[in-house]
Amino acid sequence: MSNLSNLTRGLFKENPTFVLLLGMCPTLGVTTSAINGMGMGLATAFVLVMSNLVISLVANSIPDKIRIPSFIVIIAAFVTIVDMSMAAYLPSLHESLGLFIPLIVVNCIVLGRAEAFASKNGAFASMLDGLGMGLGFTMSLTILGCVRELLGSGKIFNLPVFNENYGMLVFVLAPGAFLALGYLIAFINRIRKTN
Amino acid sequence: MGKKLESNFKNMVLVLFSVTLISSAAVAYVNSLTIASINKAKETKQANAIRQVIPGAFNNDPVADTWKVETPDGGTLEFFPAKQDGETVGTAVKTYTKNGFGGEVWLMVGFNPDGSISNYSVLEHKETPGLGSKMDQWFTKDGKGSIIGKKPGTTGLKVKKDGGDVDAITAATISSRAFLDAVNRASAALAGNADVYSGATPKATPDTTQAVCGKKATCDSLCNQNCKH
Repeated sequence: MSNLSNLTRGLFKENPTFVLLLGMCPTLGVTTSAINGMGMGLATAFVLVMSNLVISLVANSIPDKIRIPSFIVIIAAFVTIVDMSMAAYLPSLHESLGLFIPLIVVNCIVLGRAEAFASKNGAFASMLDGLGMGLGFTMSLTILGCVRELLGSGKIFNLPVFNENYGMLVFVLAPGAFLALGYLIAFINRIRKTN
Repeated sequence: MGKKLESNFKNMVLVLFSVTLISSAAVAYVNSLTIASINKAKETKQANAIRQVIPGAFNNDPVADTWKVETPDGGTLEFFPAKQDGETVGTAVKTYTKNGFGGEVWLMVGFNPDGSISNYSVLEHKETPGLGSKMDQWFTKDGKGSIIGKKPGTTGLKVKKDGGDVDAITAATISSRAFLDAVNRASAALAGNADVYSGATPKATPDTTQAVCGKKATCDSLCNQNCKH
């Protein structure tokens, strides 16, 4: 497998949100606005790269039967480190995302990539895979966030697009998340099939 | 790629122990590096909020002169008096409500010596983005539901839907009620009636929810706590 395909696989062919349907909990929960989606995506991408790197390095020293708890501990350590560093050095970003950072631990993309890719591949390939998957996740969360923010409150990245009084409440709330995600998945799959 | 370590008892215990040990050591190390900055950021935020809600100049350190009041439902309100040459020019109150759409809402509310609201700052909330989250602008001087200069007094501020004179945030009445609940709580506590507010003796402070119940003779889940039928 070439490095390029390791990197781009997560973006389109195996996009974690739209194709693999992994990590639905943060996807539906945090995408109430574009900026939230992007922040969550980037934080996840960082954890993915780091955990993929470390796990690919130590995978051979971890007996098979305890690999899942070991991976989770490693991932949780990285998430906690990200959480604390953000609170210390980027307090304003941490304020808007603080709630979601601990959720990264239970995001199945991170564990999924550790299990499916990093534990079987080398360090560099695993980092590229983590980066690609992370960026793919960021991209889909940003798109979903944009759609929901635009339909729900008439803004994109907090910039007003529609009239100030515009608002379709349902898209900001949970049902709108399912609706928007469902249509986006259908749309993306349609594009993938025709290509 | 080398050979995988065998899954026998000794290996598993050793590996899992080392993984947890190294991970917790890493987390502890980062914690020791960041703890000072985190606390400093929190203090800065609080100090900025106090400065924002107190109009005019003061030359004491409100954080040093702080005092606290326990509320009957287990919360704590913090008071930060601002003084110019010993004379109180305003008081910032760190207050909260548990009635928000997404749980607790924490505010810093500034009061003039006469009990009117000088300004406020939202410290923490989990309200719906685009709706309840507008509370950081909505109730300001230039906002649509300005509460600046209003005196909550003994009756408390209410949204128009409840017979008050504050415009609620469009499509976010629950968040607006919660916001005013926090403001009224701060006001009541500042006047020395912390026990009275919260519905312990509702007659003394007829608050928002009680007024609704009395008028419509229906008591929804929102006002169960305060409504004594």
